Amino acid sequence: MHLATLGLSSSTLVHLSPVDIAIVVFYFGLVLAIGIYLKGRANTGEDFFMAGREMTAWVAGLSFLSANLGALELMGWAGSAYQYGILATHWYWIGAIPAMLFLALVMMPFYYISKTHSVPGYLKLRFGEPARALSAISFAFMTVLMSGVNMFAMAKVMQIVLGWDINFSIWVSSLTVAVYVTLGGLRSAIFNEVLQFFLIWAGALLIPILGLYEAGGWGHLKVLITQRASEQYVHLWAGLGSFSANPMGIHWTGIVFGLGAVISMGYWTTDFLVVQRILAAKDMRSAEMAPIIGAGFKMMVPIIVILPGLLGLGLLPMKLVPESVATVTHGYSYNDVLPLMLARYCGPGLLGLGITALIAGFMSGMAGNVSAFTTVWTYDIYRPLINSKGSDHHYVNMGRWTTIVGVLISVGTAYLVMRSASIMDYVQALFSFFIAPLFGTVILGMLWKRATGAGGFWGLLCGTLSSVSMWAWVHHDPSALRYVALSPDAKALAQDMYQALWSFIICVVVTVLVSLATKPLPDSALAGLVYGQTQIPPIENVPVYQKPLFWAVVVAVVFVILNIIFW
Amino acid sequence: MTTDAKAASAVSIWFFIGLSLLVNGLLILGAGVYEMGHPPPVDQQVVLFQYHASVWWGTLLALLGGFYCWHFAPKHGSGEGM
Repeated sequence: MHLATLGLSSSTLVHLSPVDIAIVVFYFGLVLAIGIYLKGRANTGEDFFMAGREMTAWVAGLSFLSANLGALELMGWAGSAYQYGILATHWYWIGAIPAMLFLALVMMPFYYISKTHSVPGYLKLRFGEPARALSAISFAFMTVLMSGVNMFAMAKVMQIVLGWDINFSIWVSSLTVAVYVTLGGLRSAIFNEVLQFFLIWAGALLIPILGLYEAGGWGHLKVLITQRASEQYVHLWAGLGSFSANPMGIHWTGIVFGLGAVISMGYWTTDFLVVQRILAAKDMRSAEMAPIIGAGFKMMVPIIVILPGLLGLGLLPMKLVPESVATVTHGYSYNDVLPLMLARYCGPGLLGLGITALIAGFMSGMAGNVSAFTTVWTYDIYRPLINSKGSDHHYVNMGRWTTIVGVLISVGTAYLVMRSASIMDYVQALFSFFIAPLFGTVILGMLWKRATGAGGFWGLLCGTLSSVSMWAWVHHDPSALRYVALSPDAKALAQDMYQALWSFIICVVVTVLVSLATKPLPDSALAGLVYGQTQIPPIENVPVYQKPLFWAVVVAVVFVILNIIFW
Repeated sequence: MTTDAKAASAVSIWFFIGLSLLVNGLLILGAGVYEMGHPPPVDQQVVLFQYHASVWWGTLLALLGGFYCWHFAPKHGSGEGM
């Protein structure tokens, strides 16, 4: 493909050579080939929507991690590391690891034994149709909108970094995703997510290796960062004693209780986009091992995301600025740090691999959104509410058409965002409204047998509405943040933490009160769904080093050691 | 065809990953070797150009990809890794 057809301009961050283009084109060819190859293995509903439930722990675990490892995530958190220092690592460690281990050891047995197709499906079994409908409709709607927002954001990145035309990026990537998910279903999405995982590491690992060499090692890099910013940029916990003592303007209670105990628990244990990958595991042990494998690799992701941001802070000759300033001054923004570091060390070929990793991250994220949307639409909205008498073949066809429609809605959203950028902020905010209350509903459903259907529904509804209300309050009057986050020194990032914490608490309180006021469900209706009413089959007779608990302890110990090292 | 039979005849995901690493590794290695023979002007060289990262990183990826392709090749008849 000739560069001119991509609209390459001379003012872009990086310039691709023919070998770089060849690597990008090879990637597109390979994912399409995988989709075509897997078409013959997506004939039944179980195949298309659940990948036949035959994934090994490794495939499910890497896919579980990759579904979250999108290009915007990589570039955004590298930019955050430049802006806030090593504090950004909290979103990869305390903001993920405890939740992943909790999912593996506590929640996965209930998801797996109930044989549900989705998280809303579990709510149907536990709380009844109203809770499922509320969860399914909100999830489907938001997932497909988020997919469009990410599509636009990625196309914008490709325009800035490579000079590619926005329409070209949107249509080529979305059509490719539509083809391989429509053909191969969830299995195709999972295969490409695992492929993306390897591409990201192959494409990004050179930056920290060469960067640390150039900086003279971690110790010297810390000195450079301290000179250019402050000592707080290289400490994870030391500056979190007060809102004003760290660059993020956040308190340790927000990180531990808001991020670690609510937001990350909500995301990693109830967001169907990631949980769907685990539900495709071939047996119970694989389903439990998958999040633990994901957690092990998640702990290493800061090497290719946070470290490049810190290296940029210590080594780049220019000073990066917020996006709003960069637009006016035509300088480089925080979010440009990863492409800048890529261009700093990577010549022809390596640059192509790095860019391919970003494209792969974006496409697999979109495929994840679309496949989750397809499953929830078909199993949790279309089948129970519109047509409950269809054949398995009918639902597979519905899944294929829904994939195409989901991609088209995403494209439409991307163009909507192009016309009005503020839509992006609203959609991103809307997505966060559902996560924390949903976690409250699911965890009470799994651990407290007295929770009733009415309690689950009203708790979820009130928690969600409280989240929306807090967001609207701060949006209308920014000074209200001091009440939501309990401090006048709180900054924007703290809002998410405390908004999630309060909405979770409200969800739990309402669920408990309504449940206590309504008739309890009989024990027979809770078998396989609730702790104490579920016979969890023991892991087969395997050596201790093959048991999920053993590896969960290993991951937890490493997690603690890392936090102490970078305290 | 039964599920077991389908799995046994399937190409492993690890083969696809090996193929990707092998092809990318060879392309990067080729670009690196070409750059050694035809180095760009100094002002257009990447930082640490003298260490020829493309050559050793491309070699590493190609070797890893080659091993995966060989080990998980369809002729082994293993659907492992599904």
